[in-house]
Amino acid sequence: MTTSTVTAQAPAKASGKAAAPGPDRLRRRRRLAQWGFVAPAVVFMLLFFGYPLVRNVVMSFQHYTPETFFTGEAPFNGADNWSNVFQDALFSKALWHTLVFTAGSLLGQFCIGLALAVFFTRRFPLGGVLRSLILLPWLVPMVVSGIVWRRILDQDTGVLNSFLDALGLGGHTPWLTSPGMALLSVILVNIWIGIPFNMVILYGGLQEIPKELYEAASLDGASAWRTFRSITLPMLRPVITVVLVLGFMSTVKILDLILALTDGGPADATQTLGTLTYQNSFVQLDFGAGAVVGNVLILVSAVFAVLYLRANRTEGK
Amino acid sequence: MASPTPTTSRRRWGSTLAGALILCVMLFPLYWMLNTALQPASGLLQVDPVPGSLDLSGFSKALDDQGGHLLTSLVVSLGAVAICLAIAAPAAYGLARFGLRGSRTIVFGTLITQMVPGIVIANALYNSYVDLGLVNSYFGLMLADASLGIPFSIVLMRSFMVSIPGEVIEAAQMDGAGPVRTFVRVVLPMSRNALITSGLFAFLFSWSDFMFALTLNTTDDVKPVTLGIYQYIGAHVGDWGSVMAASVLSAVPAAILLVLAQKYIAAGITGGSVK
Repeated sequence: MTTSTVTAQAPAKASGKAAAPGPDRLRRRRRLAQWGFVAPAVVFMLLFFGYPLVRNVVMSFQHYTPETFFTGEAPFNGADNWSNVFQDALFSKALWHTLVFTAGSLLGQFCIGLALAVFFTRRFPLGGVLRSLILLPWLVPMVVSGIVWRRILDQDTGVLNSFLDALGLGGHTPWLTSPGMALLSVILVNIWIGIPFNMVILYGGLQEIPKELYEAASLDGASAWRTFRSITLPMLRPVITVVLVLGFMSTVKILDLILALTDGGPADATQTLGTLTYQNSFVQLDFGAGAVVGNVLILVSAVFAVLYLRANRTEGK
Repeated sequence: MASPTPTTSRRRWGSTLAGALILCVMLFPLYWMLNTALQPASGLLQVDPVPGSLDLSGFSKALDDQGGHLLTSLVVSLGAVAICLAIAAPAAYGLARFGLRGSRTIVFGTLITQMVPGIVIANALYNSYVDLGLVNSYFGLMLADASLGIPFSIVLMRSFMVSIPGEVIEAAQMDGAGPVRTFVRVVLPMSRNALITSGLFAFLFSWSDFMFALTLNTTDDVKPVTLGIYQYIGAHVGDWGSVMAASVLSAVPAAILLVLAQKYIAAGITGGSVK
């Protein structure tokens, strides 16, 4: 995508250059000025994204204690942090929860988001207004959504259980307070949060599919399901990849929502790599152990970042 | 299309009805937030489906307790937007137009930043912030929050600035304008929409930020409303009315922006992520 820009630029620059006296010095000066536009962003991103990556690797080999912040001493301790973390049963639990949480959230968000996107391609009165209002849950701060759901899912006085009770469907489900249910509840809430994002991007993708394809299909007498499978899904594939990979990267690292809903509990049933990093570093003040878990989290995301960049390339925009 | 026959028109309104139902289900939690906020007396008990009377005491308590935090959120978010645009707009222009060697790598790097988990950043940043004395400071939080919007803004504005006609920029250069003048006088005004979209999202990202607020603050000096509400439920478990009222207040900017700047938001979600 960058190449096209560069070539389009070349003639403009050549013409400007020809008129200038002392071309070499002037050109160098102009290059310098041009780098001045880009440099602050590069420096910022190196400081706020590059440096933390490196620092986390270093920290994972250092021994941090609550005293570290008074003494400033964090001696290197080999691979102790790594072996401690890997031997901790909580780590493998958190890794598993992270994968289940991510897969479950993505599956639900994507399927419902796609269904709604397809629904909203119909033309009907107020369609545009309704479609844009659905975005609201995605725009509310996630930690606030989590707190609202915490109230809704309350076992004794939450509205969900009252509602189920009124329908005669039990109504005493311990959504967030039983270790067996909590992870599922957190996933359900995260699906609710992610639907609008999936819907908007998939809707945008659907709009790009040429209408003639559908007309041809209907002339051939294809059923709705057949049309969806043979036209919609294949044509939508690049957008689907992008939405899934972006969804993955934002879901796998989630922290706000889980802290607001369960604080990682009950009995660590909703600890993920994100919350465990937080717990280790900012609650136990063992930044070394936190860095280890954080590095694993990065590793997991990196695998999928590769997929993302591939998707971006095949997209070709 | 011909004027709709009664059946198709009925079917269309049927779709509207279905759409409205979907919307009701999706927005129910937000309704319930407002509803609970208007029934502060219910405390830990069940909440009625609609408020019986207009009791705003939850809101006045929330404003007393959280008003300062709302203001902090506003200041920090505006600061983050300023930093974000000041850094991202020139970079987007440079990457779109100058054909610098290494541009590709920088754009690539910008995309990659999206995979760095916030908590990993916080983990390292906290330690540096301690050394630099930036913990518990407005400026420190603004910088961290700006990092949420900068990659997004660069990608979004760059893809817009690529499409500015080259002749316009050449014409400015012919008139003797240097790169800075061209950027400020020609490129920025033409990129108004992309700037607004980026600014809006930078604001929303920063306003919604919880992680940096939680990790980069150890005192109550700089406490945005997200952190305020989170600590509120710890301290006032029984007082759901004012917790929800504070939540409603914290959701107001999102709601206002959605109504006022709807087209920018839709453009931002698709433009910033797909391209």
